[in-house]
Amino acid sequence: MKGYRKYFLNKLLWFLVTFVFAFILNFILPRLMPGDPVAAIVARLAQGMSNTTGVQAIYQQYADLFGTQRPMLEQFFIYIRNVVHGDFGFSFSQYPRTVADTLKSAIGWTVCLQFPAIIVGWLIGNTLGALAAYLKGGFDKVLMPVSIFVSNFPAFGMAVILMVVFGVGLKWFPTSGGYGFDLIPNFSWTFIWSVIIHYQLPFWSIVLIAIGGQAIGMRSMSIYELNADYVKYSRFLGIKDWKIVGYVFRNAMLPQVTGLALSIGTMVGGALVAEIIFSYPGLGTTLLHAVMGQDYPLISASTLIITVMVLSANFIIEILYGIIDPRIKAAQAD
Amino acid sequence: MKHTLRQVFHSGKFVTGFSIFMGLLLIVIIYPLIITDAPLAIISQGTFFPPGIYVSTYDSIYSPTTYTLMLDDAAAKRIANKLSNEDRLAMQDWLVKDGIPENEIDIANTAILLDLWGKNFDPTRQFPEMTFAKVQYYRRLDASLKGILSTEGVIIAANNAQTGTLEQIGTVNQSDYVNLNKVANVRVLPLGTDNFGRDVLTELIRATGVSLQIGVVAGTIATLIGLILGLLAGYIGGLVDDVIMFITNLFTVIPGFVLLILLSFSIGQEKRGAVTIAVVIGFTSWVWTARAVRSQVVSLRNRDHVNLSKLSGHSIVHIIVADILPYIASYVVMAFILQISSGILAEAGLSILGLGPRTTEVPTLGLMMNWAMIYQAQILGKWWAYFPVIVTIALITFSLNLMNTGLDQVFNPALRD
Repeated sequence: MKGYRKYFLNKLLWFLVTFVFAFILNFILPRLMPGDPVAAIVARLAQGMSNTTGVQAIYQQYADLFGTQRPMLEQFFIYIRNVVHGDFGFSFSQYPRTVADTLKSAIGWTVCLQFPAIIVGWLIGNTLGALAAYLKGGFDKVLMPVSIFVSNFPAFGMAVILMVVFGVGLKWFPTSGGYGFDLIPNFSWTFIWSVIIHYQLPFWSIVLIAIGGQAIGMRSMSIYELNADYVKYSRFLGIKDWKIVGYVFRNAMLPQVTGLALSIGTMVGGALVAEIIFSYPGLGTTLLHAVMGQDYPLISASTLIITVMVLSANFIIEILYGIIDPRIKAAQAD
Repeated sequence: MKHTLRQVFHSGKFVTGFSIFMGLLLIVIIYPLIITDAPLAIISQGTFFPPGIYVSTYDSIYSPTTYTLMLDDAAAKRIANKLSNEDRLAMQDWLVKDGIPENEIDIANTAILLDLWGKNFDPTRQFPEMTFAKVQYYRRLDASLKGILSTEGVIIAANNAQTGTLEQIGTVNQSDYVNLNKVANVRVLPLGTDNFGRDVLTELIRATGVSLQIGVVAGTIATLIGLILGLLAGYIGGLVDDVIMFITNLFTVIPGFVLLILLSFSIGQEKRGAVTIAVVIGFTSWVWTARAVRSQVVSLRNRDHVNLSKLSGHSIVHIIVADILPYIASYVVMAFILQISSGILAEAGLSILGLGPRTTEVPTLGLMMNWAMIYQAQILGKWWAYFPVIVTIALITFSLNLMNTGLDQVFNPALRD
């Protein structure tokens, strides 16, 4: 186990460094935006107010509250304090709610939607890709063009088409929301059932996109492995075919695991757009509202949470990879 | 070079992708030369006119010559067109109440339905459970059917400017026809109009052009940055390599989409033009190219021909251009093709979030999608507002990736069938 320690520590250090960097970017970029977000809020609040000193007073109060007039460095420390307190400060567009309050429920919806979908898509895609490489012929001829087409299909396009066919046309599933608009979240069967049927369309639209890309990658890897010398040697030795396929699959799988770690960021991006199309109450929709409301604390926090989720997923996959790939143990033992 | 090109054009996948892409490109270039309308001109009042040929009613009444055609099925077609499905169902309802067995009534067959209706309908008849409004509805329906069935023409009247009275200026008979070529104003809208009342086809073709430009600009920037950083890191090595790889690794794990959102938001609505968005996309998607170029350069750096070049005293630039670039050129071209495709997709994703190019100047595929989504075209069943956009994006990315796969098979013999 000692050999892994260095590997884990190395990965952990990387995780932390990237996190700090992402955190700083998250803070700075939205604040570079031209225009004054506080002025927009005040304009909304002070509608019909003719007293200029009154408007000025309101403006001053909000500017103090959000700290937009302080120097950047001071704002940064306020931001850190807010993050540490866990409330991320006030939301501009939904004041007096805090950002954390707005995001709390969204995170759960996003995690429950995206991660199962990506994992399921990855598993199905890899199985199909390996089958295509092994079976060749008709299966490969059909699967490959379909996979290329599907994986290049824009995520929102898939979402819209699924919605039109199964939601609007066949009316099998609802077209928007995370649960029935007439329900209040609770633990009754009606509510759970409503959540399940609302889940289907966004889930499958993400899965279908993931399948295509993974199948293509796995097919190339498997073809490469199937032509490797050890396969030919095993055949000479008379090892059974299914056992060879097992070896091939395992060897082709390893780069696919790294591939998952590296593509998870892109997939999450596509999935956020799918959420928007289905008005799913997750981070994507929250992000859309934040953009509409020019609410940079909310944008900052949403993107920070998405980044943290992607970074953590990456970290977990790399740790798992370290355990399943024997080469890493060998490298660390030196 | 010539040999490679010939080999590339023998790959079926590449040729298919290339033809689709060139076809799209040709349409984008030629269409605006023939139809010179402004792509964002609002031509209709009201939203989402369905696709079809729009003929000016005014001009067709005033067309210089009218033709009389005696067509047998004209009356039947007219009635079939006028009778909505609801009316047919209501008629069936009434007839069933009247005691006619339901299986004898075929609401799809207009002639039989009208025949039954004409024989059985009695406007004075009242069923006990029927509301007065419903009775009135049936009377109106009956009257309008009689109106359609009448064979007289319609009188056209105009206001006399002097006396202010209506004067007959002509009649239109049921057998009158106009030749479409003789009508002054005919507008073909093959894909209808969008939510703002703009011609979808013209807009779509312009949008495809702009999106392709965005893809090419973003792809060029990303490939250039990736290539330069990869070459520097791979060839020079040492501290330069460490610094570049540190940055590259950082940007590999930070999701590009998040960076894209943050950057486009910080630019602000006013300054976000199509080119700006393209530049932003380019600056957030160079990472993969840099990594791949670096690893290839590292393996090339110590090859004999490079060492020979070094010994001959060639400059670094010369070595890179003459001894290293030719070896990675195929990879860079492939990466460039993929970057175009992902740039177009990135623009579309951003636009759906409301962070696309500002909307007043040019349409892009993403913006068209965004408009259709905001106006709920998918729920309302206005397929022409979003479906052609999705198909166009899919065709572009599909053709580019097909070209890429074809190239991959040419340059990586292991993948050949």
